[in-house]
Amino acid sequence: MVLFEDVWLRYRQAAHPGAGSPEVLRGISFEIPEGGMRWLTGPSGAGKTSLLKLIYLSEHPARGHIEVLGTPVARVTRNQASLLRRRIGVVYQDFRLLPQLNAYDNIALPMRLAHRPETSIHADVIEIMKWVGLSHRHQALPFELSGGEQQRIAIARAVVSRPKLLIADEPTGNLDDDQAQRVMLLLTALNKLGTTVIVATHNTALIQRHPAPALRIESGRLVQDG
Amino acid sequence: MAERHRPPADFLGLRAALADRLLPLLVGAMAFLAALGIAGAQASAGLAAHWQQDAATALTIQVPTPQAQDATTTTTRLAAVLGALAATPGAEGVQQLSPAAINNLLSPWLGTDTADLGLPLPAVITAHWAGPGGVGPLRAALQKLSPGTLVDTGALWTGRVAALTASLQACAAAVLVIVALIGAAVVSVATHAGLAQRRETIVIVHELGAFDGDIAGLIAQRILRLTVTGALTGTALSLPVLAWLARLAAPFAASTLSSALLGLPAPLWAALPALPLIAALIGWGTAQLTVRGWLRTLP
Ligand SMILES: Nc1ncnc2c1ncn2[C@@H]1O[C@H](COP(=O)(O)OP(=O)(O)OP(=O)(O)O)[C@@H](O)[C@H]1O
Ligand SMILES: [Mg+2]
Repeated sequence: MVLFEDVWLRYRQAAHPGAGSPEVLRGISFEIPEGGMRWLTGPSGAGKTSLLKLIYLSEHPARGHIEVLGTPVARVTRNQASLLRRRIGVVYQDFRLLPQLNAYDNIALPMRLAHRPETSIHADVIEIMKWVGLSHRHQALPFELSGGEQQRIAIARAVVSRPKLLIADEPTGNLDDDQAQRVMLLLTALNKLGTTVIVATHNTALIQRHPAPALRIESGRLVQDG
Repeated sequence: MAERHRPPADFLGLRAALADRLLPLLVGAMAFLAALGIAGAQASAGLAAHWQQDAATALTIQVPTPQAQDATTTTTRLAAVLGALAATPGAEGVQQLSPAAINNLLSPWLGTDTADLGLPLPAVITAHWAGPGGVGPLRAALQKLSPGTLVDTGALWTGRVAALTASLQACAAAVLVIVALIGAAVVSVATHAGLAQRRETIVIVHELGAFDGDIAGLIAQRILRLTVTGALTGTALSLPVLAWLARLAAPFAASTLSSALLGLPAPLWAALPALPLIAALIGWGTAQLTVRGWLRTLP
């Protein structure tokens, strides 16, 4: 499902090309089986977001072999990569909502990009907005929403098309305990329905309440798997 | 919650990123220039064809010592040449220039009256050649009657006019090519500016699984609309200017033109509608290439 073999990552730095940029990830290897659930932990700056970017094809590794949803990512064409991305739901640490679209249209966006007919989109958007408790805010633009509300819209957008793989980067960072609890219920429910789930977080209380194997990285190295 | 949700037509926010002012204005200016270029090329070709026909058929015959005896010693050389011309079916409109007319032609060059110089002037005869074949046999026959007689056709001028026309048309073609290249460059710059302004949005849409072709299609569609608007306006605005130029050129052109629509010839009416089409093609194609190239810098 997700397979890393000796994966290294270094960011291309436009400002100092060739200036021996530091390796952000070093020799990472792990495997997450289909339908699995993993916490991804580690101190700030350890490389959690960077590792997730490799999974959702937002960065290429400097070295190593990566398979996502059974597909070796080094060998996909651009259109195949797009099709692969459509099967991955991502909750970004910084939400990344489109500022010019209201909550409803932000959530509907991935399905529209996948050319799903409008009639089949509506019910799904309505349902997920209820789940994240924002039905009444469907016409609000992102800047009109609180941080926590934006985060819930971002979560709704990631899960609405029932992805095979769900990646959540600090999905509860801006939420109160109740909301965080609700979101974790949503993620575990999806996991029970067969979605592979990876959640990066610092929140140890959350991890204790929802026990699952953890990948821990420190300074770009995997120090714990399981 | 509203029952019917329509997807936003402009979810990339392109209307603001690719605004409807500067690009149509620039494209319109270039369509205007291109219209003038096409009209210029067609007009020079038309006038040249007209002149070439005149020049090619014009005959100028110079008979030196016209009053001397001709080869048969029965009459003067001039009379012999005129007689031979009258007997040649292809030579039409034969006319001898009067000494006054020759004097008028020459005195500006000589700076004084030809009579004052006492120069032996040749007789000059003009005619049109309408016969089959060239004037070679006629020239030979006249020189036999009157040695030293010169028979000039406009062949030299025909060649010069042809060269001039070819140069003018090459210039017009170069202008059109340069205008097209600048147009493509302008579209590329505008597209890059739009991409830079919407970078975040496009990166997100890309990461949510949009195809490169879909993103390029949306942006190219917007560019297409702007370039067609500009080109239509620019071409339309060129019409009054072209009509005005056509009126100035009317005395030099074939008489049929004055009855044409706006005084513009049919080939121009056929070429002008192509301008918005070509602008559309350049705009759409350039935008597609620019966006696809830019997207390739994303993972
Ligand atoms: N686009 C980038 N270009 C260059 N370096 C980067 C880039 N993104 C992250 N880094 C660096 O890579 C390292 C890991 O960053 P990353 O965002 O993966 O950490 P993280 O574990 O997600 O941290 P946090 O818990 O604060 O979100 C950091 O040192 C960071 O400075
Ligand atoms: Mg992070």
